[in-house]
Amino acid sequence: MHLYTYDGTFEGLLTVVFEAYERKSWPASIEQEQVAQPSMFGETIAVIANEQKAQRVWQGLQKKLSAGALQELYYTYLWEQPGFERIIFDYVRLVFETKENIEGNFAAPCVLQVQQAAKQVHREKHRMEAFVRFQKTADELFYATISPDFNVLPLILNHFGKRYADQRWAIYDTRRRYGAYYDLHAITFMKLELPPQQRASVPAAAMDAEEDKYRQLWQVYFDHVNIPERKNPKLHLRHIPRRYWKYLSEKQPQVLR
Amino acid sequence: MDSRITEKLKILADAAKYDVSCSSSGGKRKNENKGLGNAEGMGICHSYTEDGRCVSLLKILLTNFCIYDCAYCVTRKSNDVERAAFTVQEVVDLTINFYRRNYIEGLFLSSGIFKNADYTMERLVRVAKKLRQEHKFNGYIHLKTIPGASEELIKEAGLYADRLSVNIELPSEASLQQLAPEKNYTEILLPMGSISQQLLQAKEEKKLFRSAPAFAPAGQSTQLIVGASAENDHQILQLSSQLYKSYSLKRVYYSGYVPVSSDNRLPIITEPPIIRENRIYQADWLMRFYGFDAKEIVDELHPNLELDIDPKLAWALRNRFTFPVEINTADYEMILRVPGIGVKSAKKIVSARRFTQLNFEHLRQMGVVLKRAKYFITCQTKSLQRQELDSQQIRNKILFGDGSVRSALLTQQLDLFRQVG
Repeated sequence: MHLYTYDGTFEGLLTVVFEAYERKSWPASIEQEQVAQPSMFGETIAVIANEQKAQRVWQGLQKKLSAGALQELYYTYLWEQPGFERIIFDYVRLVFETKENIEGNFAAPCVLQVQQAAKQVHREKHRMEAFVRFQKTADELFYATISPDFNVLPLILNHFGKRYADQRWAIYDTRRRYGAYYDLHAITFMKLELPPQQRASVPAAAMDAEEDKYRQLWQVYFDHVNIPERKNPKLHLRHIPRRYWKYLSEKQPQVLR
Repeated sequence: MDSRITEKLKILADAAKYDVSCSSSGGKRKNENKGLGNAEGMGICHSYTEDGRCVSLLKILLTNFCIYDCAYCVTRKSNDVERAAFTVQEVVDLTINFYRRNYIEGLFLSSGIFKNADYTMERLVRVAKKLRQEHKFNGYIHLKTIPGASEELIKEAGLYADRLSVNIELPSEASLQQLAPEKNYTEILLPMGSISQQLLQAKEEKKLFRSAPAFAPAGQSTQLIVGASAENDHQILQLSSQLYKSYSLKRVYYSGYVPVSSDNRLPIITEPPIIRENRIYQADWLMRFYGFDAKEIVDELHPNLELDIDPKLAWALRNRFTFPVEINTADYEMILRVPGIGVKSAKKIVSARRFTQLNFEHLRQMGVVLKRAKYFITCQTKSLQRQELDSQQIRNKILFGDGSVRSALLTQQLDLFRQVG
């Protein structure tokens, strides 16, 4: 039994799988190298991400799984919750050790866990697609910040790329400190360290002249589309839990008009 | 800030909000011209109002001036409310600017009827045309079809809109005559029929020529008001079932009547019938996704849905002889009929049992609500129920037994009924 460490990338994690099979030594645990504690018992193997090795594992999976199941496996990686490496490893091992396709075997814990993790990630992805609010800046950039529970930024870019093909936009993940920028041609990732006070919003002076008008009109609309006789706070909160309110301009305190 | 546009938005959003349709799904419009927006597949709810309804579209009336005097409608001629009208350009600007900021999926435009049906319809079409042609807008557009509008205008509307809808308003012709004397079913069903014809035709043409123009690719829907007239749930569900079958509607929406006027033709109520509306939606879901026929859910003997339990449980309690269902062998269709098992769990069960014999722990893990399901199923011939219970006992156990979570809203409304009765 060994403790495997890796660099935190999906490629690195697949390389761990490759190494474990190569050594025929199943991991006692898999940890990211920057957080791993040296173990008193057993040996630590520091795996270096390797494209070819990762590719071979992935191709092996491709032969035995549907595109949907592969996506769920990747979503489990983006889920980032404690123990996700173990779930992915168990799943991959079950795939390789079973003759038939196992993706529908919800009686196996790792299959159900992958499905459930992927569902959570998918829901967060959908919420970000819904709750992102762009602000238009004076130089016609549409800017939004997010801090999602799971690392869904890579998953939402395709949606916004298709939708807003004719406007420059940028989305920045303040929790994970990276973002993506679309320049009318392509989407690129950007890593930039902003001082905390600049992360949340664009300074008022840099805003487009009409930004405030439309934000206020949206608040007006939101207030007037409500039917007070049908008030149902419980249902309201189930749909938009409080932790998402920070994104929503319509849920911010009203400015005096 | 421009206060006139703010005032208009207040008035015309207020007037539009009783139309409950908010769906933005089912479209097939891609952003292929490098324009603005797309409306493919699943719609997105961008926000939720405090009444718990989704905000997906900018839902407004073009104007709330109206020549009709329908008793249930807030915009009726005789009602003393502020009136306003948007210009075509104002609606276009609001839509584009809200859309670019990711506030909405698109536009739902309806209108009071001013001058006549065609005059009104022509303006609705003009908004959609301008958005599509001048602004390369590919987001979702839902246009309301004005009863009595000409076929040509409806046809043109379908070229720009993703969805068209004609509201049937009330669940029977007699009620319509009483409460909306200027309207009649013929005027409503005629455009509905014409739209469903066009939809069919466009589909056929699409098969022959890929480039054939799409006609309202997200189909058509309708809405009826529940609780403003005397129809029972049996009549309502019969009507929807018929509408789904004969006009291939995508959705029938039910709007619990919100008392907006004190006309003596209307029932006197203080609260909208929210629970009843909810039960009707559940029944509607049973018809569309669970393989139920309208007459299994309600019939002449049981003309109304029960308010304190959902229609699927009610059906199961009336049909005890079909249970228990053995999870490891029963057909998918039968598993779907077990209270506490939804479409997703049913699919998981059918998939997982190919690998192993399932037990109750498996079901719990998959998300089956055993609290309800346990009275109706066996796993490997075993049951969680030790004694035989009759329908009434099961009902009481589910409603008041351990861990029963009754919605606060339900308790509240049932209390009200008790006070009244």
